Amino acid sequence: MMTGISSSLGRLLAPLSVLAFAVAAQPAGAEDAAAMKASEHIYDTYCAQCHGVNRNGKGVNTVGLSVQPRDHSDTRGMSSIPIEEMTKAIREGGVSVNKSALMPPWNSVLSDEQITNMVAYLRKVCRCDTPQ
Amino acid sequence: MEDRLNRGLAFATAVAAAMLTQPATAETAADLKAQCGACHALEKPATPTLDRLWARKGPDLWYAGDKFNRDWLVQWLQAPTTIRPGGVLWFNHAKPGEPRDTIETAAVPKHMAVSAAAASGFADALMALKSSGLMPAEPFKAEGQNLMMGAMAFNKLRGCTACHQDKPGNGGLSGPQLYDAGKRLQANFVLAYTQDPQKFDRYVWMPRLTLSAQDLQRITAYINTLGKEAQ
Repeated sequence: MMTGISSSLGRLLAPLSVLAFAVAAQPAGAEDAAAMKASEHIYDTYCAQCHGVNRNGKGVNTVGLSVQPRDHSDTRGMSSIPIEEMTKAIREGGVSVNKSALMPPWNSVLSDEQITNMVAYLRKVCRCDTPQ
Repeated sequence: MEDRLNRGLAFATAVAAAMLTQPATAETAADLKAQCGACHALEKPATPTLDRLWARKGPDLWYAGDKFNRDWLVQWLQAPTTIRPGGVLWFNHAKPGEPRDTIETAAVPKHMAVSAAAASGFADALMALKSSGLMPAEPFKAEGQNLMMGAMAFNKLRGCTACHQDKPGNGGLSGPQLYDAGKRLQANFVLAYTQDPQKFDRYVWMPRLTLSAQDLQRITAYINTLGKEAQ
């Protein structure tokens, strides 16, 4: 009898544990949405001039660039970049990750937290965490 | 006949109205504030924000006396040309497209022109607007600068051309054009702004590059020549 109850309880609790784990793994809902919104605004201000209004690497400034900026909507290309490398490229510029000097360092404008949030936003833009 | 007379009168009325909206003289800071303060920050913003950059209608002028050359101001105010190809904030006029995004040039607002007397008065008032602590500790040295290296840094090595044009049609669109910067801007301002744009505005979309003192001097020297050859 006890075993039966315990087993039923276990079955009941198992999905709850999975749910709790999933919730813990996701950034906090409203806070995360606000961070994403802020990152979108920051992207429009600073990144879209080269990376494009549609995040596709076709910004207004590409008319003067010898190297094409990264297409942030490219799932495959973006998925291949480690998060640490993305963070470093934004903070310290393209040269710091052996890429173009045309990507400037943004650490004079963006805080570490804003850069971390921007990387999360880019992962969303590229649908890198969405099963293809 | 009556139709021509009406057209003539309408034109004369329009000219009179335009003259009335321009001050005969603009010698005081009060004139500047009344005429320009709605679009331009004439005092350092107490609490700069990113949203302020999106909302403002014109570039900040609270350090105009350290930025501009007076002669250029007097001429430009009488016959304004486009300095920022993308407008005050390029994103507001950007249109996605192929092979790249473009600027809706027709939508970029034009600056009003003023009379010669007003331009002279405004220029005086603007030149009196000085920043505090923004100018470089190590000022620009004109002598002995390698202009070829400056041009190379601007166009290739340091990527200034990504956002700025050093010749019409050559360079990006999100920053002000620099092809008349030698006439327009004071060399020490160019150096100070290039060295640390965030000193002027914490949120401006020009980032601070890692530039050596030599790079700064060379780039400033190159920018300082632009437009002067056309004089």
